[in-house]
Amino acid sequence: MPTLNQYLVLSATLFAIGTAGVFIRRNLITILLSIEIMLNAVNLTFVAFGRALGAVDGQILVFFVITVAAAEAAVGLAIVIGLFRHSESLNPDSFASLKW
Amino acid sequence: MLRLIPVLPFLGFLVNASFGRRISRRAAGAVASAVMLASLMVALVAAGNLVGLPNPGRAIVEPAFSWISSGDFSVNATLRLDPLSAVMILVVTGIGSLIHIYSTAYMDKETDSEYARYFSYLNLFAAFMLVLVLGSNFLVMFVGWEGVGLCSYLLVGFWYQKESASDAGKKAFIVNRIGDFGFLLGVLLAYVRFSTLDFQDLARSASALSPETSFGTLSLITLLLFVGAAGKSAQIPLHVWLPDAMEGPTPVSALIHAATMVTAGVYLIGRNAVLFSHAPITLKIVAAIGVATALLAATIGLVQNDIKRVLAYSTVSQLGYMFLAMGVGAYAAGIFHLYTHAFFKALLFLGSGAVIHALGGEQDLRRMGGLRRELPIAYSTFLVGAMAIAGVPGLAGFFSKDEVLFQTYAGGHTLLWIVGLVTSLLTAIYMFRLVFLAFHGARGEEPGAAHHPSHLHDAPPAMALALIVLALGSIVAGYAGLPRALGGSNRFERFLEPSFIVSQETRRAAGLQGDLEEAETATASLEVGLMAVSTLVAVGGIGLAFFFFLRNPRAADDMVNRFAGLHRVLANKYYVDEIYDATVVQPIRIVSEDGLWRGIDVRAIDGTVNMVGETVVGSSEILRRLQAGSVRVSAASLFLGVVLILGYYLWR
Repeated sequence: MPTLNQYLVLSATLFAIGTAGVFIRRNLITILLSIEIMLNAVNLTFVAFGRALGAVDGQILVFFVITVAAAEAAVGLAIVIGLFRHSESLNPDSFASLKW
Repeated sequence: MLRLIPVLPFLGFLVNASFGRRISRRAAGAVASAVMLASLMVALVAAGNLVGLPNPGRAIVEPAFSWISSGDFSVNATLRLDPLSAVMILVVTGIGSLIHIYSTAYMDKETDSEYARYFSYLNLFAAFMLVLVLGSNFLVMFVGWEGVGLCSYLLVGFWYQKESASDAGKKAFIVNRIGDFGFLLGVLLAYVRFSTLDFQDLARSASALSPETSFGTLSLITLLLFVGAAGKSAQIPLHVWLPDAMEGPTPVSALIHAATMVTAGVYLIGRNAVLFSHAPITLKIVAAIGVATALLAATIGLVQNDIKRVLAYSTVSQLGYMFLAMGVGAYAAGIFHLYTHAFFKALLFLGSGAVIHALGGEQDLRRMGGLRRELPIAYSTFLVGAMAIAGVPGLAGFFSKDEVLFQTYAGGHTLLWIVGLVTSLLTAIYMFRLVFLAFHGARGEEPGAAHHPSHLHDAPPAMALALIVLALGSIVAGYAGLPRALGGSNRFERFLEPSFIVSQETRRAAGLQGDLEEAETATASLEVGLMAVSTLVAVGGIGLAFFFFLRNPRAADDMVNRFAGLHRVLANKYYVDEIYDATVVQPIRIVSEDGLWRGIDVRAIDGTVNMVGETVVGSSEILRRLQAGSVRVSAASLFLGVVLILGYYLWR
């Protein structure tokens, strides 16, 4: 049976991978996928703590996160499609119009 | 009723200033003259009422409105008519009316709107001058004081398109500012010291004190007031503006720069006679400056060639006499001279105006001559004025000037008396030099001289009227103050005395010289003797002028050649303007341009402002690199921030 620490290490690793993906990858869809990895790393932390403490709070929170993640994926993909239509590109560096 | 006296001319000003362009020039001149005459009538009635009151302490006080009321400090706009202000309002409205009438003819070459503008200024001046002399406290007087300064500026620079005229206007205004600054400081100090600005209260408070033997607050107050008086009345060292003020129209010179405004300084001292009596040191300074001004201005007047400038220096010189009288404590004599001087100096200016008008603007004496046949009215009236100012017995100037000199001598100021006498000789000389050069002899034919109209017109009726009335005044005005020694009772000075009454008492208490009692008991023979001396001096002066400028003009040229250096100094007015230019004007200009403008303003102030701007631009140049607009950089910095803050709280 894996211990809590092992779950947490796995979770941190997944979170780091997701974070790196968000910053390093140059494709918006991949970045969205990386965000999903980060969210699931957090979910893993929640259920690991829930199990270790013998409480259901963590699992309940995970349902909320999954719901929000689904909504986020829908909105995020819609924005990505909008951006692609706008500039025929999925590279985040080509969207620099926030600069004055 | 008193308020009508200044308000009437002010109404005239409003009418001419608002509708002057629309009404005909005759209407404009008529309105201006009518309000002055109406004001004169009211002034006469008011003076009549005043005389009807029991003496002493007769005065009519009329509170107009409560002006300032703030905490303990309150000032009412109150008008007060006492013998001194009665004399002043009669001079201002009487001579003012004549000059308004004269002006209707003199200014006939102006366009309609200029004509109305001229009369609106002239009325405004009269209104302010009347406020000045009727005000019962310093603040009301100050309104008039500044107002007449403004009108003087406007009228000196009336022909503003001529550069010299607008420069002269500015000079008059700026030099007066120096004096006004002293005046204001004196008023403030008087308020600090006595907690009142009312002339009567001040006099009462001051009379409770003993005269200052050393230089104290009272001396400082009076000295500062005298600075104001010296500015307005063109005394050394602030006399430089008056000769330049002759750029204004001649009637203006007659009214403002001879008869009324320039005497405001004398009036100021007379009004505060009590304060001045308690400051003997200031009085000594006043007398010294007065007599020095009288002498120096008379010497300059000897060699000037512009007819109006000679008269201007003569005015400065006569004002010096008035200050001499004030300085020796003979206030009534000073005001007496002010009053007679108003007649004959206005007459002389208006006479010179008639000449200038006839010659189409010519003012140079060297191009005049022989005018007595062509301008009989101007000549005869001018001659009366010249005799009056020279001190020919029987005319106005003789009595008043003699009274001043007599009081000076009786007060024990022998040196001042001698200088005064020398000045009186010079007065007779320069005045008759003017008469002989302008009206006698042959027309000077200077090369390049403008050709005068072959037929000269004498003064038109409006001008002739003013000239004749003033000439009569110059003859009879002096008899109001016929001295005791000649069988009179010096009614003029008796009438004025209550205005200085506290001062007379304290003078006696202080045992100052020039005591009234002493003057009264001074033997009549002394006065008659001094009169004889003055008469000799006047006749001698006229004789000298006759010899040098009519009988033997070559002798005058010889004198000029023999004393070429002296002549140059005099012709250049002792280089006072040049000295001021070098010591005051240029340093101020240099400090202003190189120090204040290029140094402080451009470098320090603009530099600081620009530096702030450049710092912002420069630091923004660095900071803007953070705003690259890249989503990933923004996200990374956000993430980094979260990590840092969380890390700080977790591991602190």
